[in-house]
Amino acid sequence: MTDSAPVIEMKGITKSFPGVRALSEVSFDVRPGEVQALVGENGAGKSTLIKILSGVYHADAGEVHVGGEAVHFAHPVESLQAGIAVIYQEFSLLPERTVAQNLFLGREPRTRFGLIDGARMRAETREVLSLFAAAGRIDPDRTVGELDVATQQVVEIAKAVSTGARVVVMDEPTAALNEAECEELFATVDTLRKRGVAIIYITHRMREITRLADRVTVLKDGEVAARFDEVPAPDAIVRAMVGRDIEDFYAPPATPDEIGETILSVRGAGNAMLHDIDLDVRAGEIVGLAGIQGAGRVALAMALFGQTPFEHGDVTLNGDTVTFRNPRTAIMGGVGLLPGDRKAEGLVLMQSVRDNGMLTSRAFGKLWGSDRKNAHADTDRMDELLDHMEIRAASYDQDIRALSGGNQQKAIVARWLSMRPKLLIFIEPTRGIDVNSKAGIYHLMRDLAREGAGILMISSDLPEVIGAADRVLVMQEGRIAAEFPHGASEQDVMHAATGETGVAA
Amino acid sequence: MTERTETRGLFSRLPQINPVWVLLAALIVAIIFMNPGFVEPTGYMNFLKRAAPLAILAAGQVYVITSGGFDLSVGSLITLVVVGSSMLTNNDPTATYWVIPVMLGIGLGTGLVNGLVVCFLRVPSLIATLGMMITLNGLAFMWSGGAPRGYLPDTFRFFGRELIRDVPLVRFIPVSVIVLIVVVGLFAWLMHRTNLGRQVHAIGDNPVAARLAGVSVNRTRITAFMLSGLSGAIAGILLGGFAGVSTDVGTGYELQAITAAVLGGAQLLGGRGSVPAALGGALALTAIFTLLNFLGLPQPVRQVVQGLILIAAVALAMHRRKQTGT
Repeated sequence: MTDSAPVIEMKGITKSFPGVRALSEVSFDVRPGEVQALVGENGAGKSTLIKILSGVYHADAGEVHVGGEAVHFAHPVESLQAGIAVIYQEFSLLPERTVAQNLFLGREPRTRFGLIDGARMRAETREVLSLFAAAGRIDPDRTVGELDVATQQVVEIAKAVSTGARVVVMDEPTAALNEAECEELFATVDTLRKRGVAIIYITHRMREITRLADRVTVLKDGEVAARFDEVPAPDAIVRAMVGRDIEDFYAPPATPDEIGETILSVRGAGNAMLHDIDLDVRAGEIVGLAGIQGAGRVALAMALFGQTPFEHGDVTLNGDTVTFRNPRTAIMGGVGLLPGDRKAEGLVLMQSVRDNGMLTSRAFGKLWGSDRKNAHADTDRMDELLDHMEIRAASYDQDIRALSGGNQQKAIVARWLSMRPKLLIFIEPTRGIDVNSKAGIYHLMRDLAREGAGILMISSDLPEVIGAADRVLVMQEGRIAAEFPHGASEQDVMHAATGETGVAA
Repeated sequence: MTERTETRGLFSRLPQINPVWVLLAALIVAIIFMNPGFVEPTGYMNFLKRAAPLAILAAGQVYVITSGGFDLSVGSLITLVVVGSSMLTNNDPTATYWVIPVMLGIGLGTGLVNGLVVCFLRVPSLIATLGMMITLNGLAFMWSGGAPRGYLPDTFRFFGRELIRDVPLVRFIPVSVIVLIVVVGLFAWLMHRTNLGRQVHAIGDNPVAARLAGVSVNRTRITAFMLSGLSGAIAGILLGGFAGVSTDVGTGYELQAITAAVLGGAQLLGGRGSVPAALGGALALTAIFTLLNFLGLPQPVRQVVQGLILIAAVALAMHRRKQTGT
């Protein structure tokens, strides 16, 4: 089955963005009827590669062959016509139209009089859907917006099949699915494979690779780090992804005597998005906060930081009762926060690296005071902090936007270090940064904890929360639903996060 | 991922000179070519004197632009200051000493109201200050009853009109040039050497990130509008000195100030802006007007040219921005 000629062949693909080389000399191929897992850390270049394949980006160098012919897609529509369908995490379906209308969007069957042939459309929709296990649940006349995420995904895949896609790319398709829905998706993937469709399956989850993949390609820092013609043991894949052994990737957890007294204590707090929050963070401890999108993790961080404050309940910080009405009062109270969206919420991109590092200390300096020196920092000390964090920049006077994600993140950390916060909240601290910088951030968080800060870390990357935190709290629907110790199993945490009755530790 | 690709050529290794200075130098050469007398103190000092109100206005405007807004109200503010001063002084030379502080207060107050409206009523600055522009114009008209009194006392006109003589090297310096140097110097220091200036840059660059970093966004934005209002009042006091009293003395100055700031490389929608470069922009714009004057071109041509310059400067800035990959 995997001996046939590749349907997609990408050779020597190279792509640079200003300041970053996203892909260099990447070669990649997929054969009909195989599932090729494409794995790698965030920022390894997976999505760039897919965007080149689907015509969103153009490669600086390299060739793309589809069915043996060289192609140059100028627009995603052309790749679609060539039989390449990409199922993104956000679906492209129209929520107000029916399943059948979505499936035949733009190519509706016509009657003799040129009107849309609704009966035929529905019949053909049923036929396409019959390939999938979920078929019984889907009425072609239901509007898509009424369907749950898993069913919408099936419709999206059915749409790809009905347009005659030879290649289906799935970008972390299980991210929003529960256990049973995942099993159904796997069955769908098997169906597609049997029909000779080539599948590029992007995932972070080893379990899915073991279950589904025929071959595995590992990207790391924009290069092919490993290629496996048979699925190897998960450790081998992780080692290729991370580029080193996993043990020293995360800093070691805190020993009992490193953990001090309680810094933050929240009792019965809540607002429109949060309910009955009880939470303690102690000095020297990293508390991880896991949960699915919308479970309230970011809402909790923003409530603690005064951006969307609690409306009731008690918060004490270092023994004092506090109410933070905005970030400024929270910062004055000794809280710091690294936002989850670096570019939208963290950086002032047109300013220099040093200006980004100095931002908060200047905000609390005298308005007319010198920008080189204030009560919390001066430029020399900031440069030392930036040096200490090994930020790679031509000069600290350089615009920060030219730096890589990891270096940008370190500059934001430096911003907070100068304020010496008692509680530091990290939201998705390693999103979109390279592997070595990730390890750097984990060790940095540990160092801060050792120096006596309490740390709350929110992450959607389950292995990261479990590996880097001393305890993991799981949130679900605005509540803290479960707590796990360091090193809990990924599966247990996932169960708690998705609300299935798992066995809490 | 972290390796930086070399996207810049050899030329960028040379010190980066703001193109506005090249433009200004070229224009001055052209002026000297057409009028050799320009190299004499009477030539260039009169030029600086004429440019002073616009340069001061641009120095204030650059705060608002860098903070991510526009201030269209300063032209009308100039009119209000000139008309109001003539009403209040009422030909009494001693009144100047309290009228000037009142006028500076009106400037700061206008900026305060602009800032409050933008921050708390969430009116976009373009609309808020456009409304203020119309309001102030109406106020100036009402105050003067449509027929402003003819002139201001000499004590008031001192700032716009007088010269300090017997200065070594340059023979004389107009008082307005001294005002120009002091005000622009002060504004430049505030913008580029203080916490305030850095925060003005930050809120124009990314207000969300600035707030989450603890910047008091509203306070900073209101301060920027107040400084722009203050610059409008100072420009009005100078203009009252040499242009006399009328109800259209400030007309069009707001757009000239924006043009000057943009010529100096200020980023529309915020994040980048320089007071010295805005001064360069104001001098370049005045130089262009001077040249058009030498060429004997009438006022409407001047307006056409100014409009085209504004569009060209913004287009160029957008082009540069695209190249640097924002």
